[in-house]
Amino acid sequence: MRIACTVNGHTRVAENVWAGESLLYVLRERFGLYGSKNACEQGECGSCSVYLDGSLVCACLVLGGQANGREVVTVEGVDAAGVQQAFVDAGAVQCGFCTPGLIVATHDLLRRVPQPSDAQIREALAGNVCRCTGYAKIIEAVNMAAR
Amino acid sequence: MRVGESVQRVDGPSKVRGTFAYSSDLHAEHMLWGSTVRSPHPYARITSIDTSEARAMPGVHAVLTHEDVPGMKLYGLEIQDQPVLAFDFVRYGGEAVALVAADHPEQARRATQKVRVEYEVLRPVTQAEDALRPDAPRLHPDGNVTRHVKIRHGDQVARADVVVRGEYEIGMQDQAPLGPESGLAVPDAEGGVDLYIATQWLHVDQQQLANILALQPEKVRLTMAGIGGAFGAREDLSMQAHACLLALKTGRPVKISYSRPESFVGHVHRHPGRLSYEHGANTDGMLVYVRARILLDGGAYASSSTAVIANASCFAVGPYRCPNATIDGIVAYSNNPPCGAMRGFGSVQNCYAHEAQMDKLAAALGMDPVELRIRNAMETGTEMITGQKIDGPVPVAELLSRVSSMPLPANVSRPLPVYGEGKGGAVGPADLTAMPGGVSNTTHGEGVKRGIGYAVGFKNIGYSEGFDDHSTARVRLSVIDGRPRVEVHTAAAEVGQGTVMVQAQIAGSELGVNDIVVLNADTRVGSAGSSSASRQTYITGGAVKAAAEAVCQRVLGLAQSELHPASELRIENDNVVGGDGRQIVPLATLLGDAVIEETREFHPRATHRLDPETGQADAHMQYAFAAHRAVVDVDTELGLVKVVELATAQDVGKAINPLAVQGQLEGGAAQGLGLAVMEEIQVQDGVIRNASFTDYLLPTILDMPPLRMDILELGDPNSPYGLKGVGEPPTISSGPAIVAAIRAATGRDIRRVPVRPHDLTL
Repeated sequence: MRIACTVNGHTRVAENVWAGESLLYVLRERFGLYGSKNACEQGECGSCSVYLDGSLVCACLVLGGQANGREVVTVEGVDAAGVQQAFVDAGAVQCGFCTPGLIVATHDLLRRVPQPSDAQIREALAGNVCRCTGYAKIIEAVNMAAR
Repeated sequence: MRVGESVQRVDGPSKVRGTFAYSSDLHAEHMLWGSTVRSPHPYARITSIDTSEARAMPGVHAVLTHEDVPGMKLYGLEIQDQPVLAFDFVRYGGEAVALVAADHPEQARRATQKVRVEYEVLRPVTQAEDALRPDAPRLHPDGNVTRHVKIRHGDQVARADVVVRGEYEIGMQDQAPLGPESGLAVPDAEGGVDLYIATQWLHVDQQQLANILALQPEKVRLTMAGIGGAFGAREDLSMQAHACLLALKTGRPVKISYSRPESFVGHVHRHPGRLSYEHGANTDGMLVYVRARILLDGGAYASSSTAVIANASCFAVGPYRCPNATIDGIVAYSNNPPCGAMRGFGSVQNCYAHEAQMDKLAAALGMDPVELRIRNAMETGTEMITGQKIDGPVPVAELLSRVSSMPLPANVSRPLPVYGEGKGGAVGPADLTAMPGGVSNTTHGEGVKRGIGYAVGFKNIGYSEGFDDHSTARVRLSVIDGRPRVEVHTAAAEVGQGTVMVQAQIAGSELGVNDIVVLNADTRVGSAGSSSASRQTYITGGAVKAAAEAVCQRVLGLAQSELHPASELRIENDNVVGGDGRQIVPLATLLGDAVIEETREFHPRATHRLDPETGQADAHMQYAFAAHRAVVDVDTELGLVKVVELATAQDVGKAINPLAVQGQLEGGAAQGLGLAVMEEIQVQDGVIRNASFTDYLLPTILDMPPLRMDILELGDPNSPYGLKGVGEPPTISSGPAIVAAIRAATGRDIRRVPVRPHDLTL
């Protein structure tokens, strides 16, 4: 099947897509946008967090076909320079595999709650697993980005 | 960038923008996807494999079995016992049997289902204890005992006033790096192959691949791709040989990227274990003896089991003076998933046991548990149970007294109001995330009891028992666009820990040059050894230091011969300066078109093999120590645990990059918390039942509490800059401190980790 959608502001088309391909697969392997990560492909780790029509979703849980005619924003296109710099400055990145998902999820949190409490940060990022950092510096990074 | 400064990651900007290329992000024109046929049975005889149907499927380009392995059909880090593709027998559920390459990953996956493998199912050995029985099936030619380490130290029949005994059980933990096993193999026109891969040790992969593929090592070139975490899971081969076999067979690039369920059977795990301990002490609390039997289940193949059991045995009593010890450490084969390296490497399992024993002893003596530990704490020069006397700082008592004197967190878990204060005075819902059970809203404090627990642990840094630990660094100084630039090239794996910054900082400190570029790791430079055993900063750092010093000597030699024969010179801020700091000549001017390049190997001091009968030897090169305090709240009605706070003190010798050191202490403690209260691979009848992140629980941001840290820099006289390995000690004593706190909160005699709700309620 054919998928046409807007990704990071540009119209993208994929031909001959197998109906079982996830949006994550389409983004990565059809559009070459490898920023969204494939850690669990079960919606548990948040590494593939993207916006779909402005809602934060796990791209692995959305079928590619469902994105047809809709607007996708990935870590490559999200307007989150402050969040990204804060993650670098705070030392919130180690292996970095969870980072793209956290960037998008933090962007989503801060547009809803510009000055989140630590409890709100923890609640908002509870769907993003990080295996390296123990999360302390991620909380620091979100606080830095919120300032 | 200098040693001792907190330096941001050079790969940080690309990682936060999503442009950093991990091994699963690779792509090549005309690339095929590889997929693996795996055994559903933990133990079976393979009677036939029929690939004809799979071969005929659309999009399928190759189907391979063990018959297509041109070289050695067995591989392994210590013992070559694991088939590249199974033949005759499968010995664990999930073992690789055949391979498919196809145009689309789904075509490949479907074709794997059409490879017809006939099995004669055999009764699996699912307990290490069963593997030791004389009537157990012999899983490997040399029997089922992979290694038995005996430590016989001091009086073997010593008696003591107070004796405590305990049996402990440790579940199987997964490293769960977020990046899946993945890579891209690209065949060349001359029968060789380039592999782009996420691995902890390029050169040991290269050697194993050369053997398997029957190629000279120079025909198997490895380039490091971005690594999404490792923690021991990337020590052994996973898909490396499979991708290369498919690429060489099809003449096309082949990518393999495991799904999460496949990852759970595609790499080794932390050994589960059963540990029996007896501690004897005098009435004043001084240890007289420890007797222990440590039985680890190595699973189907040896991996690094022989080294893991050596650690578990050498550090069996913890960082305490113990004049008499009888330790039997046994690791056995079974039909469970293979176990090998994971952060802490044998020192984690025994720490749960020796720390529980110290608490038991304190209770029996009516002593404070911290006081008992301090009284028995190792010091510089203390003889270990292996007979080795540890030199350099051994701050066990200091670490304990520091964590025990840190302020305690406020007791917030008493009954809460329904509404609490948000930021800016806003009224919001009560912070349920501070409660056991969290937002499940299972308690507002009723039935909740607080406990505080302590633990201290230690382990070796670097390779042990006579292994020639070493690393190689090439350092090259040239002038680019009028500025001096240093390139550092090693094969060290950047797994997330930050070796790229450490290498740049060391080169920057030694050479006084501002523009430092660390090249991507590959096999064009000599081996760096593995990013494991907390060794890379020490060993590869040592190699970079030596190579940079050699380059520096040559630069200063040049300056002296051309300019200032007698003066005392050094390089500072891109300039050659005199002893008084006065600029003598810009480095760029001095060098002109010259390129100065030096390669050095660094070897730390030698170690020796444990005596097979007594376990006595100077077996380890360096030791690192950490202590933890845990504060927990337990909902005693539901058995739910909330870790309220962790505190740690660790001697890192010298913090090369303090920001990265903190990250190791925080992340390592989180992995310790995971094993203590949630992480366990559930193996039933030899088959993993929870091979997903839905069912294998990892600590989230809601589970991991704040960590108080006290980082000591006491300086090891033997190591570069006085540094100590940092990565593993945080994972050793964090979990045992949490379990001690749960015991304190509940009064229950917990003998098994991870602690489950029914262990606290039924």
